[in-house]
Amino acid sequence: MADEVVLLDLYVSMYGMRVRLALAEKGVKYEYKEEDLRTKSQLLLQMNPVHKKIPVLIHNGKPICESLIIVQYIDEVWKDKAPLLPSDPYQRAQARFWADFIDKKLYDAGKKICTTKGEEQEAGKKEFIEILKVLEGELGDKPYFMGERFGFLDIALITFYSWFHAYETLGNFSIEAECPKLISWAKRCMQKESVSKSLADPKKVYEFLVVMYGL
Amino acid sequence: MADEVVLLDYWLSPFGMRLRIALALKGIKYEHKEEDLTNKSPLLLQSNPVHKKIPVLIHNGKPVCESVVALQYIDEVWNDTAPLLPSDPYLKSQARFWADFVDKKIYGYGKALWTAKGEELEAVQKDHLDCIKLLEGELGDKPFFGGETIGLLDVTLLPFASWFSVYEKFGNLSLEAACPKFIAWLKRCFLIQSVSESLPAAEKLYDYVVQMKKKLGTE
Repeated sequence: MADEVVLLDLYVSMYGMRVRLALAEKGVKYEYKEEDLRTKSQLLLQMNPVHKKIPVLIHNGKPICESLIIVQYIDEVWKDKAPLLPSDPYQRAQARFWADFIDKKLYDAGKKICTTKGEEQEAGKKEFIEILKVLEGELGDKPYFMGERFGFLDIALITFYSWFHAYETLGNFSIEAECPKLISWAKRCMQKESVSKSLADPKKVYEFLVVMYGL
Repeated sequence: MADEVVLLDYWLSPFGMRLRIALALKGIKYEHKEEDLTNKSPLLLQSNPVHKKIPVLIHNGKPVCESVVALQYIDEVWNDTAPLLPSDPYLKSQARFWADFVDKKIYGYGKALWTAKGEELEAVQKDHLDCIKLLEGELGDKPFFGGETIGLLDVTLLPFASWFSVYEKFGNLSLEAACPKFIAWLKRCFLIQSVSESLPAAEKLYDYVVQMKKKLGTE
């Protein structure tokens, strides 16, 4: 019996992109459903009644919510191809720790850049760069965050890269100037077909934010 | 070679309590180090330079931070006894989802419960109660969230739940009346030695809240 996989998503969502990326890495066929967040579909409200948010992966009728939890689910179900998490428990703990760090910090700092001006925006930019510098430190000289292979932690962070153009334009700064190693890692990831296919067009992200925040 | 396990902790931390329960359930011997959060040890600052927070599990010299990350690490390393996560990927994802829910919602409301007053307190109590009812739905007719035995979600939630008798004394809410299933689950968990021995006594928590309320002027 064929698997039925549906993804409720939003094109510009960096969280949704993580799931698209994981599915692409595993070569899983799925039905993509774009949600309008102002008028959420019945299906979304039914499948994620607790948070009412995208992304939601629906596998054979059963919903899984929260992007990092979905990515781990995908890794565990389609385990015969492209492992996303390392097999060593300590390395797995490190990958989960840093993915949690990204989720706790990066979005809010980025939001400040988009929605504020003057001193507050400068503080947001500073915070944002500091977070990226910590992540650069964790990357070190490795090609990918967990070593030689593209994996879970790369997936957690690379989707934010599609928002960098918007952050740079709205904040009037260059991320590459501050974090060249990280941008170099991002460009390396973008050479993978699964990544370039799954990330939103940065221009469309910018246009979306302009509309959403009335800029 | 024997495992060397150290836990950097603080008696009141619900996140630390989670790890104490898991280590006890698995019968893992460890050295417990109580931190003074006003004067953090060099070991803590070195082991968790990013957040500088407890709990930190140090296994053979290597630190693991963030309680839910550490719980999964403990479960994966000491995988021969008392499994916290089921083997089925879907059930695993559900346990992780609800553990994340506890961290996003229950923790915040719990904190607000003893800093809020009047109308604000009533609103927080309602939100908190709504969350408990959602969790009751997830529990269903199972003895534990993990099924027949305690699992990740039970361990994640228990430290907050053990505060309930304290909330009852301060709020006007009878949780037993509002969430009987939840209270039954809590009592069932407390019959387990690894749980009752890992959580501070209710009187200690109560005394602490009395002190805090005096300090904050929210008696």
